[in-house]
Amino acid sequence: MQRATLDLWVGIFVVAGIVAVLFLALKVGNLGSYDSSETYAVKASFDNIGGLKPRAPVKSAGVVVGRVADITFDPINYEASVTLSLSARYPFPKDTSAAIMTSGLLGEQYISLDAGGDETMLVSGDALKITQGAVVLENLIGQFLYNKSDGAGDEAQQ
Amino acid sequence: MIETLLDSVRGIGRRTIDRIWRMGVAARFFMQILLHSGTGFRRFHLIIREIFSSGVLSLIIILVSGLFVGMVLGLQGYETLQTYGAEESLGVLVALSLVRELGPVVAALLFASRAGSAITAEIGLMKATEQIAAMEMMAVDPIARVVAPRFWGGVISMPLLAALFSAMGVLGGYLVGVVLIGVDEGAFWSQMQSAVDFKEDILNGVIKSVVFGVAITIIALFEGYDAPPTAEGVSRATTRTVVTSSLAILGLDFVLTAFMFRGV
Amino acid sequence: MSENLIEIRDLSFSYGQSLVLKDVNLTARRGQVIAIMGNSGCGKTTLLRLIGGALKPTSGSLKVDGVEMGALDQAGLYRLRRRMGMLFQFGALFTDISVFENVAFQLREHTDLPEAMIRDLVFMKLNAVGLRGAHAMMPSELSGGMARRVALARSIALDPMLILYDEPFAGLDPISLGVTGNLIRRLTDTLGITSIVVTHDVQESLKMVDYVYFVSEGVIVAQGTPDEIKASDLPYVHQFVHGEENGPVPFHYPAPEYALDLGLSA
Repeated sequence: MQRATLDLWVGIFVVAGIVAVLFLALKVGNLGSYDSSETYAVKASFDNIGGLKPRAPVKSAGVVVGRVADITFDPINYEASVTLSLSARYPFPKDTSAAIMTSGLLGEQYISLDAGGDETMLVSGDALKITQGAVVLENLIGQFLYNKSDGAGDEAQQ
Repeated sequence: MIETLLDSVRGIGRRTIDRIWRMGVAARFFMQILLHSGTGFRRFHLIIREIFSSGVLSLIIILVSGLFVGMVLGLQGYETLQTYGAEESLGVLVALSLVRELGPVVAALLFASRAGSAITAEIGLMKATEQIAAMEMMAVDPIARVVAPRFWGGVISMPLLAALFSAMGVLGGYLVGVVLIGVDEGAFWSQMQSAVDFKEDILNGVIKSVVFGVAITIIALFEGYDAPPTAEGVSRATTRTVVTSSLAILGLDFVLTAFMFRGV
Repeated sequence: MSENLIEIRDLSFSYGQSLVLKDVNLTARRGQVIAIMGNSGCGKTTLLRLIGGALKPTSGSLKVDGVEMGALDQAGLYRLRRRMGMLFQFGALFTDISVFENVAFQLREHTDLPEAMIRDLVFMKLNAVGLRGAHAMMPSELSGGMARRVALARSIALDPMLILYDEPFAGLDPISLGVTGNLIRRLTDTLGITSIVVTHDVQESLKMVDYVYFVSEGVIVAQGTPDEIKASDLPYVHQFVHGEENGPVPFHYPAPEYALDLGLSA
């Protein structure tokens, strides 16, 4: 076969292969929704993260504003230390609070940010002061039963 | 009685030693290929030729199989998901199974039987007709001139073929799921995009296919180079290439999957 | 520059336990055509492979152009081989490229000549073997004799000092046989090459060679010019030259008594 035809075919093949990879990355995968812009990292400590996983979305008012970058255990306070990577397009006030929520009844867990009223904005390396951990079903039931028996005792006293 | 038992044990021992010895030879062969790869890259048209014969010529079988595998996934997936009322997740099912497993593995199996066997037969015949010996007598190292370009041609072709297979499969799933059955198009794509991660799924799939490409071409080249220079020897080596590389693909796939998707 | 291109002294070679060649002495002067003859499996091809450096002698000395072959490393061997050509039994042409590219192979591998010059050189070499017109053909389209001639053109591409021929006459029709024989002689004379021909075709080779060595079971049993060989009354040479069925090389492979194998006990 002629060298030129050969080169042409190989060229077509390589281009098609690269297009396929791009198709997978952008159309099938989430590379298209990756924020290519700058991000800033913010830390938050939770007493319990439940089933939160790295790369889980960080949402504010239901809009994805960042992702969970890293989850570690803090051996001093015995709390979970979560690093959030937030898009630089969305600045948040210093007294923003974070809570771990569940999408739907059995869906995956995400972090919800509630903006505060502070004048100064969060910068990279800051920590969120007000946090609320995941709701653990066992604790919830336990609390419910405890309150119930508490209430029953009150009624008996009256 | 004891003697026949001893004989069979000896047979096992001999075969084991033989296998290990062959693996050692193959490892040294691999090192030689890497050492002699310079020529191929300095004269890139040698590698282009091999990309043509292992990549472009495998294109049709890969594209057609990818399309059909995706269509079957779409059909079967829909039937199963429908029972749970989760047919919107069809895109996730099709894309994840293709990108993580079926794309790299099935494309590699097809590649082994299409391109791997061709490489073995070609090298074995070159040896049988003394072309390799003639090259050595012309002071041209056959590892550098014949083997290394085929190795790189295969290693470059394999991930491209796997990506094409997966892409065709997703299209096939789309055709059956959305166009034919009528799953909501927006849900199909958006659920897929939120579930398929570029690094975790797509990149790992590409890494898998590169590893498979290395394994298949090494096995094919070694079997061809090692084949007895007779018609029977070459045909047996060709069969061995397909069997050995298929087993290697499935074994490696398990090991890689265990490393890549653990704890996610 | 010594007059002898190849000097072999007391060379022995063994594959593992079996001794293939024993105490071989052989010299080839520059510009000569030397034939190494013997029946199949006598070790003559091994001798050729030793001269080409594909095998290393077990003991003894083998010098090509004053260089001791046994002591060469890979790079040194490849340097020497650029000045050697070898014609394999069935040509061993590269089947995936055309006749032109086969002849151009070494020029492309070992030189940086411009394309126009490679083209001229290839056509010159092809013309020397009379196959300039076949330059665009693929090796699979050639007849056995043509393939042999293309291979010859390929082996003279870099103007070597020595060409080794492994059974150049095997499987050729009488016309091709004569053509090939004449070609070997003519190329040797016009290009100043030294040729070593391993063959068992006595009649053809005796017409064209300068000196003949007879090998039998790893030992050189006779040597001389073609005339001396024809006149020789050594039983082995006589049997070989005249193609007699029985002589030192028996018709029957060593076997137990015929009667025993047939189950007829005496």
